[in-house]
Amino acid sequence: MSAPVTEALDDTTAELLEEKAKFIRREVIRLISIAKVGHYASAFSCAEIIAALYYDVMNLREGEPDWPDRDRFMFGKGHAAVAQYPVLAEWGFIPEDVLNEYTRLGNPLGDHPDMTRVPGVDFSSGSIGHALSAGLGMALAGRVNGREYNSFVMLGDGEQNEGQVWEAAMSCAHHKAGRVIAIIDRNRYCLDGEVDEVMGIEPLADKWRAFGWDVHEVDGHDIRALTPLLRQLARREDPEVPAVVIAHTVKGKGVPFMEQEIGWHLGWLNEEDERRALEYIEQGGAA
Amino acid sequence: MSTAQSNQERSQASWTLLDLLDQAPGLKALSDTLNELADEGRPVVALTGDLKYSNGLVKFAEKNPDRFFNMGISEQNMVSAAAGLATTGLMPFVADFASFLPLLCCEQIRTDVAYSQLPVRLIGHHAGITLGFYGTSHHATEDLAITRSMAGLTVAAPTDPAMLSAAIRASADWPEPIYFRIGRGREPKVYEEDELAGFELGKAIWLRRGSAGTVIATGSTVKPARDAVERLAEDGIDVGLIDMHTIKPIDAEAILEAAGAGGPILTVEEHNVLGGLGGAVAEVLADAGAGTRLRRHGIQDEYSLIGPPTHLYAHYRLNAAGIEEVICEEIPGSTS
Repeated sequence: MSAPVTEALDDTTAELLEEKAKFIRREVIRLISIAKVGHYASAFSCAEIIAALYYDVMNLREGEPDWPDRDRFMFGKGHAAVAQYPVLAEWGFIPEDVLNEYTRLGNPLGDHPDMTRVPGVDFSSGSIGHALSAGLGMALAGRVNGREYNSFVMLGDGEQNEGQVWEAAMSCAHHKAGRVIAIIDRNRYCLDGEVDEVMGIEPLADKWRAFGWDVHEVDGHDIRALTPLLRQLARREDPEVPAVVIAHTVKGKGVPFMEQEIGWHLGWLNEEDERRALEYIEQGGAA
Repeated sequence: MSTAQSNQERSQASWTLLDLLDQAPGLKALSDTLNELADEGRPVVALTGDLKYSNGLVKFAEKNPDRFFNMGISEQNMVSAAAGLATTGLMPFVADFASFLPLLCCEQIRTDVAYSQLPVRLIGHHAGITLGFYGTSHHATEDLAITRSMAGLTVAAPTDPAMLSAAIRASADWPEPIYFRIGRGREPKVYEEDELAGFELGKAIWLRRGSAGTVIATGSTVKPARDAVERLAEDGIDVGLIDMHTIKPIDAEAILEAAGAGGPILTVEEHNVLGGLGGAVAEVLADAGAGTRLRRHGIQDEYSLIGPPTHLYAHYRLNAAGIEEVICEEIPGSTS
């Protein structure tokens, strides 16, 4: 187990990242209004995580999505890619006009992220369970190529049901792939209901610990707790133990009528509800 | 007991897993060629799933320990990890039993490798029925059909050790990901190294021209097919032979040339006759409107029996005598 987090986040950074999380939620609503169907709730649960990674923790270069030393980001729960696209546009990886045509015929941006079409998407996703293995491959490649970067892999909690996740978990620890940092968006819901009712995954932290990982738990919406933790994990010197952050989140976070409502795994907001949702987001999710 | 002690205590005639490679020149060619590519500065890395003695990658691992990853018995993880490695410009060679690699990891190959167009080279070894009495779980008579249906994936079945080496070399500059189907490394020699100097993936090799008909074989069936057509030539029956080492992209030109050469076409494969070589040749002939009779010889849409490989080859008429019989059934006036 690595040292406890001692660094506090300064107010300016915290406020900036909180604003970025709001920006992501607003953009998710805007983009899904173009597609007329989408995964609002899955995107909302990881908005702070995406904000912390892309606007603070990850080592990236504006306009250079293929920079070989960049930190990688893999989206195991790829159905939440709508939360990533606006961020990639802000980094100058994809043009705004492409973003504004999200999911329209021939546009590179689909519901799931596609590395063959979208600069800044480090690995395609859509079939749940592959991402951690891909992140391992990138970490091993860093070793072969003599490059220092982190492979951040965001996994869903339902994704923990996949056998390949545990193959990869075993494999990362065995290969001492300490540059792999997994983040589990523990929003407690999959499609058919609560994860622990559909296919239980607890005791989750113990499982990862037993697989040889450095396990951390955090409130995935608390920027002031989440960001310093991710920073610390990203800046470890020659790490040999892969790290996993179980981020406790709320599916649909920020829009109270969506929060923990099974149906909102997939849906569409009409104009009036869209306006209400945006108001909630501006108020910081207060009902 | 240490390996050295263990070796001392057994008679010379006994053998263990560690001796397998000596009996398998085809597998030795795999590691030797990868070692050469690494020496030349090619960005190769290799992965296997707890099978480095079975596929000989142990020889690569010994020489290039930093470029070898044993992924244990977690094949799906291995394929996706190889894709991850390939995103950085490395060229991963992934070797595992053909019964597992394209079947167990079908979707990882489709989505992470083929669709993503990452330069991964998959090597399905012990393909077909070469694992004889290990049982149907270890037979692979579907792998060509599965991999052939994936867009952007090249599919090749090198014939012998020399061709495997040539094909791996050719793969270093090939733009697409590749599935190589090979046997257990004991395939008899067909080619001298210099005969393959101009080897190209996708370009079939005419081993013999004939006017009574043409056999199209691939991988392990090329050698027995050659023996069969040479035997028939002694009786004045003039049957041609094509080594169709690349199943995709298939060399349509060679197939249509065979269709125009006279007589029927006979495909011979250690694979289900559905979807593999026979299927690919049928598609080319039908698309071109060629009226040539086609006989698809191989495993007739059934699960193969358990037995020693040589016995199975005789049973399924995939040895020279069997292939000769099948040719004669198709060519009026000939007898075997």
